[in-house]
Amino acid sequence: MENILQFLLENKGAIFMVILSIFLGIEVISHVPAILHTPLMSGANAIHGVVIIGAIIVMGHAETTGAMILGFLAVVLGTLNVVGGFVVTDRMLEMFKKKK
Amino acid sequence: MNDLSLFSVGISVLEITYIIASVLFIMGLKMLSHPLTARRGNIYAAIGMIMAIVATILFHQKEGKPIGNIGLIIAAIVVGTIIGWVIAKRVRMTAMPQLVSFFNGMGGAAAALISMMEFPHVSPELIAESGMSNGHVLAILLGLVIGTVSWAGSMIAFGKLDGWIGDLRVKAMKFVNLTILAVIVALVAYVMTRDVQAAGELSTFIYIIFAIAVVYGVLFVMPIGGADMPVVISLLNSFTGVAAAMGGFLYNNQAMLTGGILVGSAGTILTVLMCRAMNRSLLNVIVGVFGGGGKANTDEAGTVKEITVSDASVLLSYSKKVVIVPGYGLAVAQAQHICHELDKLLEEKGVEVKYAIHPVAGRMPGHMNVLLAEADVPYEQLVESDEINPDLPNTDVLVVIGANDVVNPAAEDDPSSPIYGMPIIKARDAKNIIVMKRGMGKGYAAIENMLFFNSKTRMLFGDAKGTLQNLVNEVKAL
Repeated sequence: MENILQFLLENKGAIFMVILSIFLGIEVISHVPAILHTPLMSGANAIHGVVIIGAIIVMGHAETTGAMILGFLAVVLGTLNVVGGFVVTDRMLEMFKKKK
Repeated sequence: MNDLSLFSVGISVLEITYIIASVLFIMGLKMLSHPLTARRGNIYAAIGMIMAIVATILFHQKEGKPIGNIGLIIAAIVVGTIIGWVIAKRVRMTAMPQLVSFFNGMGGAAAALISMMEFPHVSPELIAESGMSNGHVLAILLGLVIGTVSWAGSMIAFGKLDGWIGDLRVKAMKFVNLTILAVIVALVAYVMTRDVQAAGELSTFIYIIFAIAVVYGVLFVMPIGGADMPVVISLLNSFTGVAAAMGGFLYNNQAMLTGGILVGSAGTILTVLMCRAMNRSLLNVIVGVFGGGGKANTDEAGTVKEITVSDASVLLSYSKKVVIVPGYGLAVAQAQHICHELDKLLEEKGVEVKYAIHPVAGRMPGHMNVLLAEADVPYEQLVESDEINPDLPNTDVLVVIGANDVVNPAAEDDPSSPIYGMPIIKARDAKNIIVMKRGMGKGYAAIENMLFFNSKTRMLFGDAKGTLQNLVNEVKAL
């Protein structure tokens, strides 16, 4: 129990941010028209590719061969998420733009 | 600058870059929700991402050590970029739902890998001080479980949407799933209450948890039918967001935290919006084994009446108002272009043509909008179901192309039907109904559709693309 309280205290900044981000996420997309559901989902999909930063950090401090292989894999997969996500979203939105 | 122990220019630049990246993510997501700014929003978010990645490689430090293995990291990024780019550019527009699901799974897998690798490195001081039950370990384990479930689930969703994995519907499934979930929770609790010197001693459990989470991810998505796929993809999307945020906790990294949580909460809301469009609760989608059921009294159903292509073309050409209801069948047959050709021909003849778009038609939220946009159908012709319904009694012909559940009157008539209460396009209000279908198979939800047996309905069997091509030829010849 004490551990949990201590954790909450030490991470109060992060917890604060999490709570605000939750409200922000809800607020930002609550009035989205149905036509944009797919691109929005796809765009959000690309944004959580931010996990690649963690992959880079892990890889950057990997020392054993096993860790390097896994780290390399993590960076590749994270990049796939980021690049694929943004490119697919752009491709979808490009079609919307063609006609006014 | 080694003598600056707490402050260094690099770290400051890194943190400031993360703040800017977070702002760009938020702005990007906001702009993505408006048609005019959507494309720019996507690019803003991408710029934020590139900044965060570059700054991490250049300035990140862990206990004073900068990022190593830079050559390999860049090589990995290059490999990922090339593969991602090629797949994203090459894939057919209709395969978009699979693709989103696939990329989502990659993010989940990356999050799970990070957790697996960080677990043995939990600092011994932390363990000596507070045992295994600390926030750091919890973040690692949650990242592992959520990331793995998201990865496994997304791969199954990908396979289902791509058509090489069928549905598995067993009544006992929900108990099995709940049991597995309980086992995972128990294992996490077990690991966190162990009394050890180093986390590495418990590595075996990490692999066991990983393996069970894979099984859970697979079984979680297996029973969920195609009609619910949009909900599932959206849900898995927010899972990966949360898994990424766990990484943010782990590294005390603001960009990962905001990005992850933002997607987690936005994805959850989107999921809820979709559930509402089907008048079902999220729990019902996840736990309830959907499909089948309902009164499948085919005996009473009566017979269906067919219509020939030439009769259909005459009927359409001499109508005043035509409404097209597209569904997944249109996407599968790649018939969106030929469909638009038909509507242009009819408009030239003075027929008013509208598309009725049901929010959950297809396999993904807004699927039909994307599909028809690709074929250059103008915005103004796309009408949402609530708006078109009052207009349907004045509609001369309603053409259903590859849609089924979204026009099924059982949603209004049959309280025992699994889709009872779902808002539908009230197709039977139209004066005439033409249903284009490959055969008499049931829809994705496997529910009998009484609309096909309605006295006003005529069936036009065949592949949507071929049938539409024939229709276009006939209408041209008239």
